[in-house]
Amino acid sequence: MLRAMLGEAWLAMGANRMRTILTMLGMVIGVGSVVLMMAIGQGAQYAVAQTIKTMGSNLYILISGSTSTGGVRSGGGGGPTLSVADAAAIAELDGVANVAPVHQGTQQLVYGANNWSATVVGTTPPYLDARAWTVISGHPFGDSDVRSATRVALIGQTAAANLFGADDPLGKTVRIRQSPFVIIGVLGRKGQNLDGRDQDDTLIIPLSTAQRKVFGTPFAGSVRLIMVQATSAEAMPTVEASMTALLRQRHRLREGQDNDFFVRNLAAAADSAAETTRVMSVLLGAIASVSLLVGGIGIMNIMLVSVTERTREIGIRMAIGARQKDILAQFLLEALMISVAGCLLGLVLGIGGALLTNALSDMVIVISGGSVVVAFAVAAGIGVFFGYYPAHRAAALDPIEALRHQ
Amino acid sequence: MAEAIIRVAGLGKSYRTAAGLFAALRGVDLTIARGEFVAIMGPSGSGKSTFMNLLGCLDTPTSGDYFLAGRNVAQLDRDALAALRNRTIGFVFQGFNLLPRMSLEDNVALPLVYAGQPREARRARARIELGRVGLGDYAASLPSRISGGQQQRVAIARALANSPQLILADEPTGNLDSHTSEEIMALFEALNRDGITIVLVTHEPDIATFARRQVRFRDGLIVSDLPTPSGAIA
Repeated sequence: MLRAMLGEAWLAMGANRMRTILTMLGMVIGVGSVVLMMAIGQGAQYAVAQTIKTMGSNLYILISGSTSTGGVRSGGGGGPTLSVADAAAIAELDGVANVAPVHQGTQQLVYGANNWSATVVGTTPPYLDARAWTVISGHPFGDSDVRSATRVALIGQTAAANLFGADDPLGKTVRIRQSPFVIIGVLGRKGQNLDGRDQDDTLIIPLSTAQRKVFGTPFAGSVRLIMVQATSAEAMPTVEASMTALLRQRHRLREGQDNDFFVRNLAAAADSAAETTRVMSVLLGAIASVSLLVGGIGIMNIMLVSVTERTREIGIRMAIGARQKDILAQFLLEALMISVAGCLLGLVLGIGGALLTNALSDMVIVISGGSVVVAFAVAAGIGVFFGYYPAHRAAALDPIEALRHQ
Repeated sequence: MAEAIIRVAGLGKSYRTAAGLFAALRGVDLTIARGEFVAIMGPSGSGKSTFMNLLGCLDTPTSGDYFLAGRNVAQLDRDALAALRNRTIGFVFQGFNLLPRMSLEDNVALPLVYAGQPREARRARARIELGRVGLGDYAASLPSRISGGQQQRVAIARALANSPQLILADEPTGNLDSHTSEEIMALFEALNRDGITIVLVTHEPDIATFARRQVRFRDGLIVSDLPTPSGAIA
């Protein structure tokens, strides 16, 4: 029975080939654009997730600032209120994985005849773990390098490429403000951060060396930034509270007095970036779905025409014993076949378009099995939904009227 | 007399029209025994088409009873009527009414699809019936490739596919020339000899003489019900 009906649906589709193809085209475009848009949206989500991963997870940045001396208030970073000792104290708190005091700034790097401006980060070894840096060749510096203020450096990919070209940076000497630094390690590539800044255009050196030789701070032992990494996302609120309490105590702030530091939650920033791309990808999918809806209406339209054209055929079928549900099933099956065939072609088109987009631009494209399954299920649903009304009309025809129809 | 295959009593059918209620049939009583060959005659508007639609279970009466093969079908629902049309009745129409996109074999097998028969059984049966009407060699042809008389033979084969007890033919020769008409009527006679009851609507007296009983309608009532004079059989 089903096989006979499938054969008949095939015949009916073939009888008006041009019309069937045009109707199918609506579904092809609809499904194709949904698949393509979802691939682009999920690609953007993936790209943001990758960027967030490179920033390091569960991070707080403590920024020294807002000293209030005799009514004169300065903004964030106005005075170095944080110290290396603060960092050491925070490291003792529960739920804290890594703490690294940071003193950073932009400096001119010189190697032979080349010079290049990059971000120089003076810090301690836990910084690498906190910011998820990897050392791909050479080795990181250790606590002893910080204690004795050795002139060693880890170099990022962009800075290395601009200073050394294709040469291996390991063992080469870079000068910053006349001080020579030996490159002991090369950092793995990270790409841009969420602000679009190139994270690889960097040089990491021991904090003590940075303060003495590069930045020349008048307040030895004080820093502008401290990176604090919590052990888990769940631990973050506790860490924030205990860290704030600790610093207020250490800085001898009275109740009612403002904090002389700022706490910036990087995880929250990452979450909002991820949320933004998620919304964008939902929006893209929603816009593409509209064309799927239009494709469905096209199917309904053509099925209504088909029912009208084939009224006499329906009458004949009823006269020789077709029940209402047989007629219903026949037209429903036809609508379903058109939409499923359109969906298959649309999948091919959408995936092809996604691969082409990937090939022609540097956009990240993610085609998930889930989106394919969803597109297919939606197309089948549309076939049934928009096919039902015409099929129901066909089944409800009066056999005598239908037979008399010319 | 043989058992009645059709017995209608006080059968009435009215339509609601713009001009008010129109009574197409006004209480018809008729009994047709198994194996009979009956011609229904009458001018247009006499109610004979309405009567045939009711006999064919395409429509339900507004009053009266209709017993088909011992079963009162006046109150059956659409699915039950469809099952009767499928298995108990075979239809032959004036315009042949074959489905143009299907091969002759598929056309003949179509009632078997709705009877839920498996594919192989359908094919075998369709070939037998096509052979019975003399078109066994045309199984794969499309209806447009054969003549009108041949199309009507295919329609008869289709009517026979589910071994019906009754064949209802509505002006089956209306679109055919007189020679082909006689061939089709001869086919009906042969089927009747095999025991199938045939009820035929026609307005041509020549065609009606092939039947053995002639029932005349006028204004929604039967006005005469006579055996065909023996001398008149062609």
